[in-house]
Amino acid sequence: MTDPIIRIDNLVKSFGTFKVLDGLSFDVMPGEKLALIGPSGSGKTTILRILMTLESISDGHIEICGDQLYHMRRNGREVPADEAHLHKMRSHIGMVFQHFNLFPHKSVLENITLAPILTKGTPRAKAEARAMELLEMVGLADKADARPAQLSGGQKQRVAIARALALQPRIMLFDEVTSALDPELVEEVLLVMKRLAAETDMTMLLVTHEMGFAHEFADRVLFFDKGRIVEQGPPEQIFSNPREERTQSFLRKIIAAGHRV
Amino acid sequence: MGDWGGYLSLILQGALVTAKLTVMGCALALVVAFIAGLGRVSRFAAIRWLATAYIEFFRGTSIFVQLFWVYFVLPFAGVTLEPLQAGIMALGLNVGAYAAEVVRGAILSVPRDQYEACIAVNLTRFQRMRHVIFPQALPLMLPTFGNNAIELLKGTAVVSLISLHDMTFQAQVVRAQTGSTLIPFATILVLYFLMALALSRAIRMIETRITRGLDGVR
Repeated sequence: MTDPIIRIDNLVKSFGTFKVLDGLSFDVMPGEKLALIGPSGSGKTTILRILMTLESISDGHIEICGDQLYHMRRNGREVPADEAHLHKMRSHIGMVFQHFNLFPHKSVLENITLAPILTKGTPRAKAEARAMELLEMVGLADKADARPAQLSGGQKQRVAIARALALQPRIMLFDEVTSALDPELVEEVLLVMKRLAAETDMTMLLVTHEMGFAHEFADRVLFFDKGRIVEQGPPEQIFSNPREERTQSFLRKIIAAGHRV
Repeated sequence: MGDWGGYLSLILQGALVTAKLTVMGCALALVVAFIAGLGRVSRFAAIRWLATAYIEFFRGTSIFVQLFWVYFVLPFAGVTLEPLQAGIMALGLNVGAYAAEVVRGAILSVPRDQYEACIAVNLTRFQRMRHVIFPQALPLMLPTFGNNAIELLKGTAVVSLISLHDMTFQAQVVRAQTGSTLIPFATILVLYFLMALALSRAIRMIETRITRGLDGVR
């Protein structure tokens, strides 16, 4: 039996007096594809942001690849992680954002090669060759010299995926990656992600409102509400046979809003 | 009277001093602005405090008083400066304080999602600033830097008070010797204007160069 690659234990996150996450615990196995669904404000995006260390935690523990993410040992005592520890831990994790967050002053190629050259000391030629492979994979090899401003939303998001992949993280986080896209551009991004899921053994966590995609993509679906997991299981169960009343009513609303399941 | 050629060359000599003060004052102001501006956004409280103290002091007291301190008071502390050095220092530190706030404002106006992208690709704090934040902040600073440079040019006139023979000083000399106010002061009016024009053109050129390929970014 292998160990989980992510272990979330009794995680609490408060913004002021509002508890976004309230004693959350779950594990993720290596290679697992997880879809996090739920109403907005249910805390699913916050989980990804916490895993990427963009947000601090209020209480609890997170273990990534066998090490504590927000804690470290010093003189045998557990203390909050410092920047050096976070830097080390971040190398396991990559993230793709809702609004792409590409570097506007760099070319597509530079967006992808910047971090490998700086953080891993990859020689430029090698980083560029690898970046071209990734661009090939996301179907944008001809855009290597373009600026992000010259790309469509779907193209930007595919570049953002390539940028995250260039660092070869073991865990990838996708935060509503199609929510900011025009409907006709959603498909091209989902196709890339489908290939990625099929061809790599990366662990993937996906926050999405695309229920049809979550169904196809995920090994396990977690339904969140008010900072807790209400229900979880394989997609067939969650989407076809939800047990909890809250899951049922959420899915009904989503379908009524015109999303495919 | 009548030797207008000689008087003109006097004023041109002054113009050279004014130009020197402006160029070197701007260079000092720029360096100081980056140090203090970055200091203002440092994560170390002591550095933030130091930068704030510098900025508030130099913005809050007059350039006139600062110049006198640099030239007449510093010697008591064992630091004696040439008039030109004193002028450059007072002008550079004064304008640098204003420009530091420009640096800080530009850095803070780079969207938060750029910082988050940097964290997600695991850049260190220094790499974030050096490769992502600062290059995007720089184009935002330039127009206001242009204003600051022109302010500095016009501020150079105060140095005649520490016996530096700048353009304004020479105009006074000409006025004293010829009794004409109109001609020398009309001349330096035009010269100041031309210098300011050259400065703003230069900044505009740098702006176009730096923002090339960045059109439509935001």
